[in-house]
Amino acid sequence: MTLGFYPGCSLKGSSREYAESVLAVAKAFDINMEEINDWNCCGATAAHNMNKELSLALPARILSLAEKQGLTEIVVPCAACYSRLTVTKYELSKDPALKTAVTDANGLEYTGSVSVLNIVQMLDKYITPNLEGRVVKPFDHKVACYYGCLLVRPHEILKFDREEDPQSLDVLMLKAGATPIDWAFKTECCGAGLSVSRTSSVGRLSGKIIGDAKDRGAEAVIVACPMCHSNLDMRRDAINSYLGEKIDIPVLYITQAIGLALGLDRKALGLQRHFVKVSV
Amino acid sequence: MSSDTHHSGISGLGEEVLGHTEVKVSQCYQCGKCSAGCPLSEEMDYPPSVIMRMLQTGNPDLEDKVLRSFSIWVCLTCEMCFARCPMSIDIPKMMDFLREKSLNEKKANPKAKEIVAFHKSFLDSIRFTGRLYEIGLFVDYKTRTLKILDDLALAPKMMKRGKLNIIPELIKDRSGVAAIFRKSNKKNKN
Repeated sequence: MTLGFYPGCSLKGSSREYAESVLAVAKAFDINMEEINDWNCCGATAAHNMNKELSLALPARILSLAEKQGLTEIVVPCAACYSRLTVTKYELSKDPALKTAVTDANGLEYTGSVSVLNIVQMLDKYITPNLEGRVVKPFDHKVACYYGCLLVRPHEILKFDREEDPQSLDVLMLKAGATPIDWAFKTECCGAGLSVSRTSSVGRLSGKIIGDAKDRGAEAVIVACPMCHSNLDMRRDAINSYLGEKIDIPVLYITQAIGLALGLDRKALGLQRHFVKVSV
Repeated sequence: MSSDTHHSGISGLGEEVLGHTEVKVSQCYQCGKCSAGCPLSEEMDYPPSVIMRMLQTGNPDLEDKVLRSFSIWVCLTCEMCFARCPMSIDIPKMMDFLREKSLNEKKANPKAKEIVAFHKSFLDSIRFTGRLYEIGLFVDYKTRTLKILDDLALAPKMMKRGKLNIIPELIKDRSGVAAIFRKSNKKNKN
């Protein structure tokens, strides 16, 4: 079977191991991921902070291209892209004048027919039903499943999982053989877009997340967002200096952890690309 | 300020917020949950519930302070305030509007210089190539802020791990993306 695929910019650069692991897991289940031709950046935080129309027109172009390509369902592994695409669909569906302004700017037809799936929805729909018999190396570790912000909020628009204490990643990890822990920072923000412009804030916010995961005995943190990953992994020096101790708990994408449970090659999952060594 | 507009609970900037975002600042009853849950409130000059109160007063001086505040820029749009608001007030959507207005009126807080520069560098990168070019973003950001030394050690580590593209990914229809920027910027001088 074939699913549409919107990797987004991070998955082509600083988070390419997320793309590698998504594609490796999909391949293991004979799913062909068809990339949207000539896709553009969704605009991310910068666009919606600076210019509302731009923040809707950029994602709308992506959705229009997917329609043109005949895709009915697209998988969007980055939680931030997933949020922007889903919010755009929502805003355009309830405001015809806005839809006209955006399609005029884009010069492309837009009907809103494409379904947008985040990575957990994709795994739940196409992988989980067949996962149990395929787990050859159970991920036998205590894990802190970290959802961050944009995968679960705002619920009014995303309608995915619970806003406080979500469970979808925990259930997935349980099926992969892990022991998900109860902890307090599942949906607290990592600092996201301030990573470069205000690194000290990110050290503090991400520090609290890593600190709590460690205090409760987690051996790995599981994420589903490239920004969460880069803050918790690449910014570990800022985190450790905020905490005043050296914490080396690795941060894995959900697809890397599932891939390990499936017995996939560590390199094919991009584990060697992390800043914090993946010892699990 | 006439007492009539004041008593409606919505006037001036609050009314503009309503027109653009459907957010009614008058609905806030100051419970403070947004400020308690906001991960950045301790770094803000006015926490979210105080911003709400300032807008409720309809006082032009306070409205001006909102547009000049650091709060609106350090807000991460993490959506926690909206999730926990008992009145379901979409504060993040309001923050987006306030940021855009603050920028258009050249009132962005000087302390937010780096944050605004990062957003501008980010948008410039996609305006020209269609996709984010991370090295281009860093260079542009450093040029804008003169923060030359920050994160200098990060680039080689990223490169070694195959996390930085030397050559930008160029989409074919770059003129189409440039046109989106042009048309969206008509009403917006940034």
